[in-house]
Amino acid sequence: MGAAIREKGDSGTHRVSICVSPCIHLYYKYRKGRIYLMLIVSQLINGLQLGSIYALVALGYSMVYGIIMLLNFAHGDIIMVGGYVAMLTIAAGVNPIFAVVLAIAACMILAVVIEKVAYTPLRSSPRISLLITAIGVSFLLENLAQNIFGANAQPFPNNKIIKTSSLNIGGVQIGVTAIVTIVVSVISMVLLTFLVQKTKRGKAMRAVSEDMGAAQLMGINVNNTITFTFAVGSLLAGIGSILYCCTYPQVSPTMGSMLGLKAFVAAVLGGIGSIPGAMIGGFAIGLAEVLVRAVGLSDWTDGVVFAILIVVLLLRPTGLLGRPMTEKV
Amino acid sequence: MSMLEVKNINVYYGSIHAIKDISFSVEQGEVVALIGANGAGKSTILKTISGLLRTKTGSISFQNQSITTTIPHKIVAQGLAHVPEGRRIFAQMSVEENLEMGAYTRSNSEIAPGLERVYERFPRLKERRRQTAGTLSGDEQQMLAMGRALMSRPTLLMLDEPSMGLAPILVEEIFDIIRELHKDGTTILLVEQNAQMALSVADRGYVLETGKIVLSGGGIQLLQDDAVRKAYLGG
Ligand SMILES: Nc1ncnc2c1ncn2[C@@H]1O[C@H](COP(=O)(O)OP(=O)(O)OP(=O)(O)O)[C@@H](O)[C@H]1O
Ligand SMILES: [Mg+2]
Repeated sequence: MGAAIREKGDSGTHRVSICVSPCIHLYYKYRKGRIYLMLIVSQLINGLQLGSIYALVALGYSMVYGIIMLLNFAHGDIIMVGGYVAMLTIAAGVNPIFAVVLAIAACMILAVVIEKVAYTPLRSSPRISLLITAIGVSFLLENLAQNIFGANAQPFPNNKIIKTSSLNIGGVQIGVTAIVTIVVSVISMVLLTFLVQKTKRGKAMRAVSEDMGAAQLMGINVNNTITFTFAVGSLLAGIGSILYCCTYPQVSPTMGSMLGLKAFVAAVLGGIGSIPGAMIGGFAIGLAEVLVRAVGLSDWTDGVVFAILIVVLLLRPTGLLGRPMTEKV
Repeated sequence: MSMLEVKNINVYYGSIHAIKDISFSVEQGEVVALIGANGAGKSTILKTISGLLRTKTGSISFQNQSITTTIPHKIVAQGLAHVPEGRRIFAQMSVEENLEMGAYTRSNSEIAPGLERVYERFPRLKERRRQTAGTLSGDEQQMLAMGRALMSRPTLLMLDEPSMGLAPILVEEIFDIIRELHKDGTTILLVEQNAQMALSVADRGYVLETGKIVLSGGGIQLLQDDAVRKAYLGG
């Protein structure tokens, strides 16, 4: 268009260039702005994708801590087991949907078995014995996996579970995996909130985490409630496991430990024991990680996450939404 | 047979012999008071009855069934409710959720009528039903703890120091409620340091000293007893 006008002659060109050049300038600015905006949106989505996985895993830490004051360090390794079960069953030709269900069920069964075998007998022992046991279980699972599958990472058949293509939404390319991850996580969290706030089981969970003795006096079966909490926490971890493997399509014996640690940081940031806290903490850590990567400091992501942990523990050990813990009798 | 029959129980905390060979009973429709100074073992007895603590020897039976080794949540389901010392309401849950927890052993259809009954008895709880229980005043928390226990429609209600930490006028209020419950036929085992108030509502009472029952009798009779007056009623 500019060329056509320019043909009119010198004076015209002059006039036009005065009028057009700011327009072009604005246009480029607009385009640059749009590119930035698209970049920000796509990074934001990356952050939410990662954050929702952290949140799912953080919920398990927080719920278990809330109910028996145990930092369940085996929680991260449950995720690894879920990953291997899904990979192996799909490799064996099982229908992927069924494989996902199997993997999640395996996470739940494993968590409940660990609770019954390793934690329940220590219910009345000092809390440090429980913690050490949890760390021991974590090592056991990692080493078992290493013995059986070897230390190397193996590819995960993510394309059998979620399409690896991406959608163009308003000019932004968004991976289907990202959308599925965020949507599934948000739905899981809404359902969890409903369970905890509105159902009899959920209210019993809250009662037990506030005061185990008083809950017993209400006729609540405390052992069942604790087991139920482990089952729900590992259900979320199982879902998180599948989503994580679809995002970073590989499995390895130690995959759960870093993810678990970061989710643990998320739980502490949100206020350990607090369910909305774990959700907020998860998203915050995911976004923080992506932000650090976006400014070109990829090597620093883990460092920043643990720096957040240290800052939270120094400045506000109860986290964003946690309440100061009172000792229970 | 009595509604509650406690026979020669001994209870230990590690090597501390807290309850020494105690026996007592509660009959249908009675208010029975257990009185005694700090550390006499009153709360320990209630905790043992509701299954939170175990006896070393001796037996406890409730409505002709042994509950000596029954687990706490099953004891509640059998109709025995325990309002613990210090109320122990669920501070972060709403008033109504606390009451619902009280009805945990009942079927869902019994919750609505249960709430209605409790709100009728404690109108202040109804006004505050959506409020977080931790924000209630001390007497309201006591009412909530009692209302919560009543939600299970107990055959026997055990109250551990319901007057603790309340101003005298509020103590009167709580004891009025106990009288009302008594009049309506509720069987109550009442533990108190406030011997005056407790014995004035009780049909019978037991006096506890360092893990032993040292005296028992009718409420009025104990109120007039010289030894009791001297030790617990300030002369
Ligand atoms: N958890 C515990 N561990 C060890 N000893 C305990 C424990 N709880 C209570 N005791 C001891 O058992 C005895 C009886 O305590 P208990 O709480 O039953 O007394 P109480 O009559 O209810 O007193 P209070 O009027 O202060 O409530 C006391 O000597 C107390 O120190
Ligand atoms: Mg006591």
